[in-house]
This record gives sequence, C-alpha cells and structure tokens, in this order.
Amino acid sequence: MRRCALIFLLSLAASPAFCAPPRPFLGEPANPGRIAAWDIVPDRNGAGLPPGRGSVREGIAIFNARCAMCHGRDGAGKPADRLTGGVGSLGTQHPLRTVASYWPYATSLFGYIRAAMPINQPRSLSANDAYALCAYILSVDGIVPKDAVLDAKTLAAVRMPNRNGFRSVWPRTR
Amino acid sequence: MARMEKLDRRNFLMAGTLGAALPVTAKAQDFLTPAMTTPAEPGAPYGVPAPSEANVQRLATPLAQVSAGTASSRTPLHKLDGIITPSGLHYERHHAGVPQIDPAKHRLLLHGLVKKPLEFSVESLLRYPRVSRLAFLECGGNSGGNAAASPPQTSVDLIHGLISCSEWTGVPLKLLFDEAGILPDAQWLVAEGGDAASMARSLPFKAVYQHGLLALFQNGERLRPEQGYPMRLFMPGWEGNLNIKWLQRLKLVKEPAFTREETSKYTQLLRDGSARQFDFIMPVKSVILMPSVGMQIKPGYLEITGLAWSGHGTIRHVEVTVDGGKHWQRATLTEPLLPQCMTRFRLEWAWDGTPVLLQSRAVDDAGNEQPSHAEWRARFAPGQGYHYNAIQSWQVDVNGQVRNIHA
Repeated sequence: MRRCALIFLLSLAASPAFCAPPRPFLGEPANPGRIAAWDIVPDRNGAGLPPGRGSVREGIAIFNARCAMCHGRDGAGKPADRLTGGVGSLGTQHPLRTVASYWPYATSLFGYIRAAMPINQPRSLSANDAYALCAYILSVDGIVPKDAVLDAKTLAAVRMPNRNGFRSVWPRTR
Repeated sequence: MARMEKLDRRNFLMAGTLGAALPVTAKAQDFLTPAMTTPAEPGAPYGVPAPSEANVQRLATPLAQVSAGTASSRTPLHKLDGIITPSGLHYERHHAGVPQIDPAKHRLLLHGLVKKPLEFSVESLLRYPRVSRLAFLECGGNSGGNAAASPPQTSVDLIHGLISCSEWTGVPLKLLFDEAGILPDAQWLVAEGGDAASMARSLPFKAVYQHGLLALFQNGERLRPEQGYPMRLFMPGWEGNLNIKWLQRLKLVKEPAFTREETSKYTQLLRDGSARQFDFIMPVKSVILMPSVGMQIKPGYLEITGLAWSGHGTIRHVEVTVDGGKHWQRATLTEPLLPQCMTRFRLEWAWDGTPVLLQSRAVDDAGNEQPSHAEWRARFAPGQGYHYNAIQSWQVDVNGQVRNIHA
C-alpha cells in the first residue's frame, strides 16, 4: 500500500486504478436483439412506444374476447381490477381507484397491457391490439372520444384525469 | 434445600402422595424410549423439519380467482423464534406464478444510459466478489388488513406475515454499474423481472449504486425459486415489491418509467384524494406475536415476545404495555441489533386472569415512532393499507382469548 501511495504521490498522472483491487469485468456486449425484445416499457413521454395504431372499435372486440372475462363488461371489474369509472371519487368516503380515475399516464396502461396482459397469455397481444385496447378502455369514461385512434403520438398526448394527483416522497424525483 | 423449606404443609403432603403413588413394579425398561433402543436411519441429503412440526407452514392466500398465478404466502411468524426466517418459510408474493428458470440460459441485461450496454451470465456473476447482510424483506402491503375499519380476526400471519428476515449474499451492484460506465443523465434505474408479469419498478439510481445488492444466495444457499432464483435485486429496508425477483434487466434512465406497480399499485391514497408515490422505505413497526390474535392464554407466567423492524435504521427500543397504555415497559432486545433487520423483543409477564390490552411500540435510531390506528385512519383514504405501521392492539378477555382490536 505504501508503494502504491508513493507512486500515486510521485506521479500526478498515475491512475488510482493502479492500486484498486482486481475486478472480474466479465460482462459481454449486450445483444441488440435482446435489448429490442426486452426493452418494451415506454416512458411517460411516449419514448419506447412501438409503431402501430388501434381504434376504439377494434378495442371493443379484443376486450370482449380477451379481457372481459376478468375485468367485466366495459371494464367494470370482477373478478380482476376495475378499469373504468370512479373519476372524481378519490377524495370521497368511497374512493374508487381505476385506470380512468387513478392512473396518471396512458403510457403506463399501454406498457402494462403489452408486457403482462392478458394474465393467462402475456406478450400475445400485438402493438396494434394494445393501442386499440387503450383506446377502448379510455373511451368508456370519455378520456378519449368514441372515434379515437391511438398511436405512439396520440397515446402519449392523452391527458389522464388524475395526472397531477401524485406527490413523490422520494426527494429527487422532479 | 431452601426451596424445599418453603413448601407448605399441603404441597408437602401432595409431594409425598405422588411419591408413594409410583408403581413399585416399575422397571428400568419402562423408562427406555424407542429412540434409545433402536438405531435409526441416517438423515436425508437435504434435511427437513421434524414430522411433528409439519404444521409450521406458510399460509397461502390466492388473491383472486382470476389466475392461480397471482398470490402470496405468509410467514408463520408466531410459530418461529429468533430473527431468521427459514428459507422455505420466507413470505412470497408473485404476480404471475413462480417461474422455473434455467440458470444456464438466464441473462442479466444492463443498458440504457451507459457507455457499454452489457449482459451477464449467471456463471460469470458467480465469479464476482460478494458481500452479505442480514436484513428483513417486507411487502409494501403487509399489515394492510388492519387499515380496515373492522380489525381482522385471522391469525397473526395473515395480518403481518408478509415479512421475513434472511442473510442475503450477492454482488454489490455498483461493480456492474462501474463496469458498464454510467452516463451523467442516469438518475433512475428500471429493474425488471423475467417472469410472466414482467414486474418492473423504477428506483433512484444513486441509492441503488450505494446499497443495491444482486442477491444470489439466501441463508447460505442459492436463492429459492420463490425468492427469484437465479437472482434478485435487494435493497435493504425497501418495499418488497421493488426487490425485483428473477431479475433480468436493469435500464438506466433519466426519470421514472411510471409503471403500473408504481402508479396503480404501491402508492398511498390520502384523505384529500392525492396520493404519495415513490415511498420506498418501510416504516418502523413492531408486533407482539406471543400472545396474538386467535390464541388462548392461561393465567400465570407468559413471556411476551415479538418482532420489531425499521427500514430507516436500527431499532433503538421497544416498549410494551399490558394495561392499554397506562404504563409502558422497555422490552429486552435480543442481539444482534442491526439496521434494516428484524429485532426480537421479550418481556416476562404473568397474566392475572383479568381482561388486558397488550400493545407494543418501537422507536428506531432515526427517532421514527409508530402512529396510533386513529392517526393512520385520519391521514389515509379508507382502506389504504400500503406501509401500514400503526400500533397493534391485542385484547385478552377473561377466558384468555386474544382478539385484534383498534385502540
């Protein structure tokens, strides 16, 4: 150690790594195909959303075939989470936390559907399917119009009713 | 001898009677057990508890009938002692079942705002230097049933059993971050599991750099599948859900991803309709386990014992009251006393057969204290149970029956 310190002091150009313990450095260059296949979580501004589009009308058919058995007709819930309704209920004696009333960003809905839904067959929905499902679910409460067609740009632009309802406890969020 | 002299006449007579009642025909043979006379089989290659302890099991609770995949099972805290949870009894919560992952094919991807996107095999990660620490892991929803207006009368594991404590061993994540080279804009880290739920959470990067562990071992052996085999993220004292199991992806990003599990779930709705988000650290809490709800105690000696913990630091002291808060006594804390670790407390007591109200309250070394149930309910929306840590009250009636009450 003394020799290390001496070398370090004698030469300002000496790297401290000289004295650092050896490291394994066994990581391999990441496979771009793996990144593309795994990195499907969009951010709230829409970065990471895939190409594609889907309409409310298409969404109804997919919802009834793939989602309604758990989330109920029109997303009214049971046995799984309620997705629609409850807008404006959060500060009342009977708060109803749904996608419509509680979720701050539509991108979260898209990311979750695409990665994890339906629960019995995750990753089986196409990007178009996921856009269509978002369009339909959000149309039930009028967050998007009944004739809405969502894509990467329009989904990211959706303004959710509870967008400003969250307060970060972690000091360095925003 | 001194003790003998204290025997009163009645006890003395009884002792004499019992002595005389011993059968004169008793033979030495009568006192030999089968275990003393018959050589037994050797132990199994992987040992299991004694057959008569077979009832010490996790309490499985399917959360919905939607899919067998989303469920939890809870640690039988009241049937254990000490601070370490046996790995097979560690609580578990999964959102799409427990995947069986082939370690030879598993990869950990590290990408995003890094100089060199990297991937690591399990085999290579096992060659990295490791550290160990004892720490609790608690689900963000633990104890949440107590947030209800009517306190649950289920056994204590169903209320508080989404917490366990283990020795976790693995690679400090900063080694992998340094290897990839982190770019200055990287403020957050998205961690994602390789299960069918694609469980993903955003964590502040600096904290993960400082404290994050890539856990590979639990209580000396490789992780159990329920705990994320072959690897999980571990942040001591942080909400269970973000200790991502079956970890396969770490992405450095500028801001949180706002995934479903950090918006729809694991956020705390307040009375005014706003919600707390990114509350990562589990608050200070304590629970008396012996006695606890559903038990029936007998008059006389009883050692009150329970567990206390805090994600903010080390438990400084635990106080217990046996009279509903009129008097509080310091419980004895069993060593070791470690940060973000379960702490066992004990108090010797004798129950006189009258109704009593038992409570415990813990204080950590950051000065954090537990709220009352009423304080909790005043602050949070009805039914909001994430991070519930109010003082637990057990009511003992004249029959010794222990009930859960809000006091």
